[in-house]
Amino acid sequence: MRLDTLNHGYGPGTRLLFALIRLFSGHPVPDAAKLVFYRPDFYGALAKEFTHEAMRGPSAWSVGDRELMAAYVSKVNESAFCVGAHTATARQAYQDGPRVAAVLADLESAPIEGPLRATLRMLGKLTREGKVSAGDMREVLAAGVSPQQVKDALAVCAAFNTTDRLADAFGFELLSPEGFEAGAKYLLKRGYR
Amino acid sequence: MADEDKKRQAHRALVDRVLNGEGRASAEQRARAFGNDGLSPPLDVLIGKVADRPAQVTEEDLAAAKASGCTEDELFELVICAAVGQSARLYEAGLAALAEATAKGRPDHAT
Repeated sequence: MRLDTLNHGYGPGTRLLFALIRLFSGHPVPDAAKLVFYRPDFYGALAKEFTHEAMRGPSAWSVGDRELMAAYVSKVNESAFCVGAHTATARQAYQDGPRVAAVLADLESAPIEGPLRATLRMLGKLTREGKVSAGDMREVLAAGVSPQQVKDALAVCAAFNTTDRLADAFGFELLSPEGFEAGAKYLLKRGYR
Repeated sequence: MADEDKKRQAHRALVDRVLNGEGRASAEQRARAFGNDGLSPPLDVLIGKVADRPAQVTEEDLAAAKASGCTEDELFELVICAAVGQSARLYEAGLAALAEATAKGRPDHAT
């Protein structure tokens, strides 16, 4: 990462944990995971709580839907690390790679449900333009999305607009395809806490 | 509704922590980074990119901020504040649009 302290500024306990993760997973610890271990009292601890709640807390959206939202928001932000990580996680959650690839290639022609498409469209506009109108929201609601689902999607959007920025600003190193798959498996098993 | 409150509450706790908790950067600097407003060069360039064009942040942007006297721990905090700040604005904007849509958009609202 672009700050030396994010590569080397960890105590012995954390370094041991990283070594164990490397040993048992067979992959280096992803920068996304390292970041939340750096001075966790400042950011990591509460960021993990919020992200876990948004991605795994109770919601009418499935885990796959929310991982797809994360991948889609990351694509709009051109955040390569997060696109890789959450494309892999959405693919595994849905057990459907072509579905995820189609959404990222062209949302409008992708074979997905209307409510999900309308929601992704709104999240894309919000992320790109920094705002959405009441009219945009009415379209989402008219597509059959409940107000609570809109709120849940906005929480996912907030979590990944944060993570995408940190990934790009601090320069998270991209993982191998196997590394992303292993990370996705972990996120589906354990979540973000 | 309780679950929605939990997501929102968790987000508020994060915002409150990075702005008002202890930090190496002053609370004033962190607030400026969060708002992407009022920082002096070269920090303003770095923070502006984190908020608006994160994929364009370069090694040089961070190097310039360090050369201007920022420590790595201060930069760690200010970049996080900028990222959390922009996301908080998006979250607020989305919720406000939803509130407006549900208040005025329903034909059955006129009671």
